[in-house]
Amino acid sequence: MADEIKLPAGSFDKLTKGDNLDSEKIAAPSLTFAQDAWRRLKKNKGAVISMWILVFFFILAFGSLIWSPHNPNAVNPQFANLPPKWPGVGINGFNGTLVQAGHRVNAYAQAGAGSSIHYWLGTDYLGRDLLSRILFGTRISLIIAVVATFFDLTIGVTYGIFSGWKGGRVDTFMQRVIEIILSIPNLVVIVLLILILKPGMTSIILAIAFTGWTTMARLVRAQTLEIKEQEYVLAAETLGESSWKIAFKHLLPNLSSVIIIQTMFTIPNAIFFEALLSYIGIGISSPKASLGTLLNDGQKNFQFLPYQMWYPAIVLSIIMIAFNLFGDGLRDAFDPQSQSRG
Amino acid sequence: MESKEKILEVKDLTINFNTYAGTVKAIRDVSFDLNKGETLAIVGESGSGKTVTTRSIMGLNASNADVAKGSIMFHDKDILKMSDKEIEAMRGAEIAEIFQDPMTSLDPTMKIGRQIAEPLMIHKGMKKDKAMSQALEMMKLVGITDAEHRINDYPHQFSGGMRQRIVIAIALINYPEIIIADEPTTALDVTIQAQILRLMKELQDKISTSIIFITHDLGVVAGMADRVAVMYAGKIVEFGTVDEIFYDPKHPYTWGLLNSMPTMDTADDSLPSIPGTPPDLLDPPKGDSFAPRNAYAMKIDTEQEPPFFKVSDTHYAATWLLHPDAPEVTPPAQIIERQKKYKEMQQELAEEAKKPVKEEEEL
Amino acid sequence: MARYLGKRIFYLVLTLFIVTTLTFFLMKLMPGTPLTNQEKLSPSQIHLIYKQYGLDKPVWLQYIEYLINATHGDFGTSFQFSDQPVSYLISSRIGASIQLGVQAMVLGVIVGIVIGAFGAVKRNTWMDSATTIISILGISIPSFVLAVVLQYFIGLKLGWFPIADWGGFSYTVLPTLALAMAPLAESARFVRTEMVDVLSSDYIELARAKGMSKTGVIYHHALRNSLIPLVTIIGPVAVNIMTGSMVIENIFSIPGIGNQFVQSVLTNDYPTIMGLTIVYCFMLTVVLLLTDIVYGIIDPRIRITENRG
Repeated sequence: MADEIKLPAGSFDKLTKGDNLDSEKIAAPSLTFAQDAWRRLKKNKGAVISMWILVFFFILAFGSLIWSPHNPNAVNPQFANLPPKWPGVGINGFNGTLVQAGHRVNAYAQAGAGSSIHYWLGTDYLGRDLLSRILFGTRISLIIAVVATFFDLTIGVTYGIFSGWKGGRVDTFMQRVIEIILSIPNLVVIVLLILILKPGMTSIILAIAFTGWTTMARLVRAQTLEIKEQEYVLAAETLGESSWKIAFKHLLPNLSSVIIIQTMFTIPNAIFFEALLSYIGIGISSPKASLGTLLNDGQKNFQFLPYQMWYPAIVLSIIMIAFNLFGDGLRDAFDPQSQSRG
Repeated sequence: MESKEKILEVKDLTINFNTYAGTVKAIRDVSFDLNKGETLAIVGESGSGKTVTTRSIMGLNASNADVAKGSIMFHDKDILKMSDKEIEAMRGAEIAEIFQDPMTSLDPTMKIGRQIAEPLMIHKGMKKDKAMSQALEMMKLVGITDAEHRINDYPHQFSGGMRQRIVIAIALINYPEIIIADEPTTALDVTIQAQILRLMKELQDKISTSIIFITHDLGVVAGMADRVAVMYAGKIVEFGTVDEIFYDPKHPYTWGLLNSMPTMDTADDSLPSIPGTPPDLLDPPKGDSFAPRNAYAMKIDTEQEPPFFKVSDTHYAATWLLHPDAPEVTPPAQIIERQKKYKEMQQELAEEAKKPVKEEEEL
Repeated sequence: MARYLGKRIFYLVLTLFIVTTLTFFLMKLMPGTPLTNQEKLSPSQIHLIYKQYGLDKPVWLQYIEYLINATHGDFGTSFQFSDQPVSYLISSRIGASIQLGVQAMVLGVIVGIVIGAFGAVKRNTWMDSATTIISILGISIPSFVLAVVLQYFIGLKLGWFPIADWGGFSYTVLPTLALAMAPLAESARFVRTEMVDVLSSDYIELARAKGMSKTGVIYHHALRNSLIPLVTIIGPVAVNIMTGSMVIENIFSIPGIGNQFVQSVLTNDYPTIMGLTIVYCFMLTVVLLLTDIVYGIIDPRIRITENRG
């Protein structure tokens, strides 16, 4: 078959180990878990864009503490309900005109505002600059969401680890408690709590955190149950490490991806509930603003001055979408198996 | 031996997978054939391309699989050139497959009788009642006790061994010409393994079908196969009859596989394994891909891929060690032992052949 | 099965009992009374009104009476509408809410199934991308924002459907659409994930190996296996709809219990808040129980373990 192939002399010299043959050589460079996750995350365009959008909104919202176009609380009845006006832009919707009784009129001129006065996103019914109020409101909404998520996370993780680690009757009882909490619609619980605690930022945060932790607790518990059976935890136990030390040294790092991912879904949920509460009138109240109160204010003049509603609605929707996309991206990055699950 | 009618011929099959990391050269120039009624075992580590080969025969490869060249002739038709309709008509009727893991390969929400009967309804247009009664017969044939009552049970109500019998029943229901068994016993307990293998052997005799038996376990091959092909890194490196592979192997990789297999006469407890890992098929090394793990590697192995060298009419191996210019090497002790035994066997056979066939006449 | 049902119903009653007790004592902690202008009333008048509401009795007695009355649907008298019993307030409004909720649920889940299944089957095509975009938008955009968008464009600009009020099917269209978006997104995402999983499973490959066509496999094996677990998200979807209805009913001025709940909260109408809380819990626990039972019936794996356990 192939016996006649002529080969150069020396072809059949025996190779020794030194001749650049490494049987254990692994071709791909090794990456740590975090590096690998980061590399996968970077491949997900939607997630990366969302991340930058969120960074942008955070910087804008918190930057407005230092500088914002106007004082968000400065009432100026003379300039009430002015439409958006951009310097040098003539497009309807951005040129300070609006339609009144079938005619397009220059609202700025009517209000007697000089040509140097611009409200980029217009003003509300009290003449407050809408852009400044949106920046202010976004900040409040983000603070509420992040702080609520922090409490939610603390309660959920502690509860979940405890329940999963203890196991047995304690676990069963703790899970029953969660089931009972879950059989009450969470908005009802939130509303009841806010009523008791008096409406305000603190009570909103507490109410959202109090109802939100159950999902986190369930996920963490399931993960804890799984990790508990792993050999390295058993080994640590055999070596006489205390339970809580094990929890901190072995459990938390392994739970971190579940916690991070769930956090990314908790934040938009908290933003949603805050907006909803403020929208129906039991959340943040004037002169403070949140995206929910802005929507509520905007809704009053909605038929005639729709921009007062659109801008807060757009900001709220973009933030929600960005958080959800970023959360999806993180989940896929941390848990490659779920990639197929989309 | 019985007349050898070739029913399947795989020629120079080369399949690449396009992945985000690059092109994976999953199988390269794989050729073999299958005769009517015989059992061909394809042996290799996981990732050696066994499954890709058989999936191509079934026309079931993933959508990112790209057939670079080669053909798979089934009777007179090239499976690779068939339309979807033609392949669907062939699958489950003429060629059937037994899957590896019986715990996952049955639909958990469908009664097993229906699952066994389905191929009849698809290919023979049979009405459900009739198909079900044939399914019942098949359940009895594969040894499911109390089949009349169990026909309406769901998969989770059966043990792993019983489920594999159901999977076998599904494969057999249309009496296919070829059955591809992809590691059919790997997921089962050792005792159940033996039962399933025996069942397959029995059924093969009953319905005279050919079997392509995929496994990583040479131990299973001995009792099952007529011929063996050894695959490594997407290529066949040695093929021959079961005796030739077991007792007169020529390729160092086959030596390694045999060495790492426990036998009755393994004297000490040591089970040598083959050092190293298979090569990355995204970027297979130049020359013989086994060279980095080969204790007998020569300079030529790093330069040029070895062609097949003929050992006998039925036995070929792709290693430069068989080149006439290559130096004599001493195989591992256990292999020498095997070769000695093989020679004795051959002699016995020869003597046997000289003897007049008296006993049979007396019967 | 009977034992299991008994156990579940026991938990249902227990949950309702706990919820009733908690809300009762929470409400006792609340500031405010039925009397909005207490200062102007004489002590005897106050006493009379307290007696009317049963507030003169010791708290534990009020609690026992409340529990007993609650079991046959008597939740006391509303503070807001002082002549109306809470039970009447609820029963006259619950129909609209249930109609809206059921319409939104059915529409959302069915469209979600179709979209999700197409996304999975046509994986990595534009249809799949569309599925992903729809589900991300549906999950992200709050229902009340969507409601206002629908109201503005379809109701106000196009004038196809009434933008508010209640009185016939056309009035339900916009609020149903607004409410249905979240369940639609939720179930589309769920079905897609489930179906992608199922389609890559061994039994689907075995079905293909039997010679079944691609559509045959989807119809006979993939759909059923991916739809059965969908039952498990009905509970969360119901919660979602209840939450959404509170604000959607408000936006569209629909006389339902969601709207009433918000009004009661804003007017400190404690008896109505309590009654509605209990009714909401009852509806949710019943939905959860029903989905569990249905899941047990349609998934053979669960059915059997229940029978043997």
